[in-house]
Amino acid sequence: MPLQQKHLLGLEGVSAEDISLILDTATTFREILDRPIPKVPTLRGLTVVNLFYEASTRTRISFELAEKRLSADSVNFTTSTSSVKKGETLKDTIRNIEAMKIDMVVVRHQAAGVPRFLTQCVDAAIINAGDGMHEHPTQALLDMFTLREKFAKLQGLRVAIIGDISHSRVAGSNIRGLKAMGAEVMLCGPKTLIPRDVEKFGVQVTYDVEDAIAWADVLNVLRIQLERQEAGLFPTLREYHAEFGITQQRLERAKKDITIMHPGPINRGVELDADVADAEYSVILNQVTNGVAVRMAVLYLLSGNEESVS
Amino acid sequence: MNEIKKAKALLLSGGTIYDASDGSHKRLDILIADGKIKQLGTDLADGFSGEKIDASGHLLMQGLMDMHVHLREPGREDEETIESGCAAAMAGGMTAVCAMPNTTPPCDSQEVVRFLKKRGEEQLVEVLPIACVSKKRAGAEITEMAELVKAGAVAFSDDGNPVANTAVMRAALEYSSMFEVPLIEHCEDPHLAAGGHMHEGWMSTRLGLPGQPDIAESIMVARNIALAEYTGGHIHIAHISTAKSLELVRRGKENGVKVTCEVTPHHLALSDEALIDYDTNLKMNPPLRSRLDVEALKIGLRDGTIDAIASDHAPHSIEEKDVEFAAAPFGILGLETMLGIILKHLVQTGEMRLEEVLKKMIIGPRQILGLPLPRIKEGEVANLTILQPDAAWTVRKANLHSLSRNMPYDGWELNGRVLGVVNRGYFWVAGEARP
Repeated sequence: MPLQQKHLLGLEGVSAEDISLILDTATTFREILDRPIPKVPTLRGLTVVNLFYEASTRTRISFELAEKRLSADSVNFTTSTSSVKKGETLKDTIRNIEAMKIDMVVVRHQAAGVPRFLTQCVDAAIINAGDGMHEHPTQALLDMFTLREKFAKLQGLRVAIIGDISHSRVAGSNIRGLKAMGAEVMLCGPKTLIPRDVEKFGVQVTYDVEDAIAWADVLNVLRIQLERQEAGLFPTLREYHAEFGITQQRLERAKKDITIMHPGPINRGVELDADVADAEYSVILNQVTNGVAVRMAVLYLLSGNEESVS
Repeated sequence: MNEIKKAKALLLSGGTIYDASDGSHKRLDILIADGKIKQLGTDLADGFSGEKIDASGHLLMQGLMDMHVHLREPGREDEETIESGCAAAMAGGMTAVCAMPNTTPPCDSQEVVRFLKKRGEEQLVEVLPIACVSKKRAGAEITEMAELVKAGAVAFSDDGNPVANTAVMRAALEYSSMFEVPLIEHCEDPHLAAGGHMHEGWMSTRLGLPGQPDIAESIMVARNIALAEYTGGHIHIAHISTAKSLELVRRGKENGVKVTCEVTPHHLALSDEALIDYDTNLKMNPPLRSRLDVEALKIGLRDGTIDAIASDHAPHSIEEKDVEFAAAPFGILGLETMLGIILKHLVQTGEMRLEEVLKKMIIGPRQILGLPLPRIKEGEVANLTILQPDAAWTVRKANLHSLSRNMPYDGWELNGRVLGVVNRGYFWVAGEARP
């Protein structure tokens, strides 16, 4: 059964069947990554452009590796200045790139809705690698893949997302994906960083991190950005750590097994203590490895290539 | 576009005169000579040899007025000119518009007011300049209000920019109250609204777009009403968009404060849920609000809390709008579709009577600005709109008279065909191609 979408703009409206298909396909690719030569000819001849309007290390490398492992040709376009400032519109940029005969575009941009906007400009398949505060679907998919690897199923799993929910596209996609897969979601962070009416996603909200720890099977800990403190949304990083930081002490008090995730990069000692990040119950590095397999699956399924993966 | 014609003698026959001043309906022909109503009567066509408009099945009424229009001239003549804006106004059934002062240069001097008056003289549509509250719209020092009024300004506003400094606003209200002109404010707390591209709520959370909370508007409305009460000045709230603001205006009016307000057609017909596809033609400021706000605004229009309907016609070039949502400027067109949207979404639905909404476009704006209401009497200037209220039509972007195309209504079915307008000795009849 093929994927019911031409693009991956987000996980909103994506069915449990489609998510399962991506995760199942990623399982195959995950095995390939452990081979002596972790490369398949599946997407030979296909050209992918990685269009990054925002600084990124792991997501860009992860996509690039996924493309190379599938034998696709990839080109990178990275800029921290928006095209508007350069005097060229986003539409012109993407249409020029498409004119060079490309098949797929992986895009990251500061502004929400850019991946959808690109679908109106060009025919290529668009993959959202993070748009503003909106969605980051491949991150949520790799998070779910990692959880499925550990717990076998997502149905009924309790996942608490901790931190700056307002500005987090990782939260945006995780909430939608986990809800679609039947998991329970709780959000926790300072009230100033919880978006308006977020309960309408069908999630619980708490401002007490110990409540969240007591409730959850999994903590997905988000990176806290210094610029939010500078914007006056919380007083100091010190107080953030004191109130919301995930520490060994807090986890011990909960007296249960708990799995720790983080989309990276980690601010050690702020949202997550170093010993927790590196503990055996942390799956942070598994997330990174799985990211390549999940992105291979997304690229493959959106390529329209019907050949089976060997 | 059909031409504006001048006629020594013009006969409007077969229509029904609706006089908004007393609500009367009369089946009478109107004979116009040298721009004035020469005779009202029956069967005036017999033996008449001048220009004729067959108004059978139409209402003949006082010309509609839109008190919130961005004509973009001087400065952005690629987006709109006084001429193209007036053409759009005629197509929308208007015979008068107020020109907002956020032009380049801004309308903060007598020279710009006089320029607008002069350019407007050649038009059927009367162009009434609104001058800036503060020099360069910077919100720091008030403009030469006395002289601006003498030059022809009918109100003051820094529209687009709220006057953030409360002391400046107090002085502006106090000073302008000497001339009995309203101070029109785009109510927005600049810090609360900073960076917001849409209404803050469930939809902004879903779309991941920074929002402006409704209180960014109502906090400013509350401040302005308090200032109007204290100074005795007249505050007019532009494009009111939230239930909370509306309640404040309602209470202000009950307490005898000189506060009036207007609402746009888009805030009555659309909610923030329409933004699901990030259409930049739905991006305006104030933003589309929640469904609850929309319902409250309709009640406010019915119960008289809202005095006028105005379009906030804001032309933008295709280049400016054909970008990612965050990069697009605020504003959409409105002159040519205002009447149609109101008739479709408020009258046809049975929520308001035709006469009630027409008054909000005929009497409302003129009362707010202290302007005389045109009279449909022999010897008076003929200032008329000819409308077939029940006729349906489909909006076609390609047929707009505006120079810009930034509107979300392409393909919408609307009600109320404007057959033509008459004013200042000119008349204009819509052609077959209409927006």
